[in-house]
Amino acid sequence: MIDKTSASLIEALSQIKDGSTIMIGGFGTAGQPAELIDGLIELGIKDLVIVNNNAGNGDYGLAKLLKAGAVRKIICSFPRQSDSWVFDELYRAGKIELELVPQGNLACRIQAAGMGLGPIYTPTGFGTMLAEGKPVLNHEGKDYVLENPIRADFALIKAYKGDRWGNLVYRKSARNFGPIMAMAAGVSIAQVQEVVELGALDPEHIVTPGIFVQHVVQI
Amino acid sequence: MSYIKLTRDQIAERVAQDIPEGAYVNLGIGLPTRIASYLPEDKEVFLHSENGLLAFGPPPAAEDEDPELINAGKEFVTMLSGGAFFHHGDSFAMMRGGHLDICVLGAFQVAQNGDLANWHTGAPDAIPAVGGAMDLAVGAKKVFVTTDHVTKHGEPKLVSELTYPATGLKCVDRIYTDLCVIDVTDKGLVVIEKVAGLSFAELQAMTGAELIDATV
Repeated sequence: MIDKTSASLIEALSQIKDGSTIMIGGFGTAGQPAELIDGLIELGIKDLVIVNNNAGNGDYGLAKLLKAGAVRKIICSFPRQSDSWVFDELYRAGKIELELVPQGNLACRIQAAGMGLGPIYTPTGFGTMLAEGKPVLNHEGKDYVLENPIRADFALIKAYKGDRWGNLVYRKSARNFGPIMAMAAGVSIAQVQEVVELGALDPEHIVTPGIFVQHVVQI
Repeated sequence: MSYIKLTRDQIAERVAQDIPEGAYVNLGIGLPTRIASYLPEDKEVFLHSENGLLAFGPPPAAEDEDPELINAGKEFVTMLSGGAFFHHGDSFAMMRGGHLDICVLGAFQVAQNGDLANWHTGAPDAIPAVGGAMDLAVGAKKVFVTTDHVTKHGEPKLVSELTYPATGLKCVDRIYTDLCVIDVTDKGLVVIEKVAGLSFAELQAMTGAELIDATV
């Protein structure tokens, strides 16, 4: 019997080693897997490369991980926010590396990795400082920039309900990066509000099929 | 003659007049967000938010606020009947695949060829953040910009060439300022409306690029 819900939160996270690249779902705090992030802090995992849309809010979740000094580099689209003081201080002190990526390029680079594609040509960023030094192409009159896929060792995501095969559904705008990050990581760990019986999720409505998910942890 | 500048709400109201029924529209953070309040209730317009919403509605009552139902500005919203949730891959496919009819963005500068700067001042100590601005600039069928005509120090924001870092090249179609409405065309910046009492010469003097007068 396959049961992806059997490992505890700490057991599931224990396979993450120092230096790993980790995708963390969420747009601001919506869809941010705060309990999984707290687990990373508890385990003391360090030297991480984090992929997220933002760079932490307040002193919550991802911001707390940054504050713990666990993150070497962050790949994101919108680090500067009214409540990003933890990141701002680390960045100004030169204690964290930033790779700034337009949001759509972040999404499609994650998707490229999940789909097994190599570098992809994208229209976004052409002619801007975020495309400096990157190969370009004009195709049918439109300009494109070559961007590399973003792959991760782990994805930590938040879903609404999951079953023991790893099938997931999400809640409202908390879905955001979850489905595409689950596809682009070697091991995806989902925290869910509720683990349901196999068959309780309508196959027509499953958003992330279990093939993309290795662990489901109920919070 | 003297003239009165449009308020931010009046600019928003003016843009709303150019959004037809059935349009799929992304309203940027700040002034563009206010446009939603001026869309007539009898007109069905689909508002898109890049974090994964289509056909969202006005803010909820305080007791109905849901931290998992927010727009790209991280404000609480509601969903209209018929609205949809989707992930970031699909959301940016809508934006970059030419499916959005209109996006409305703010600006630091717009150049006379339609180049847009709105994400980074270029100041060495600034922490950069870009979000979906570059995707909207290249992806929407029509890119509208709302902006004050000049900075608070009186410097033109419509310029011959950008001095701020670009968001997108030749991407702006129409500019709504507190003084006028301008179409960006192959011939240059064409003024199609201006506030009462403002002469074309006065407007030109506050603009860092050559204007073409189509208001007469």
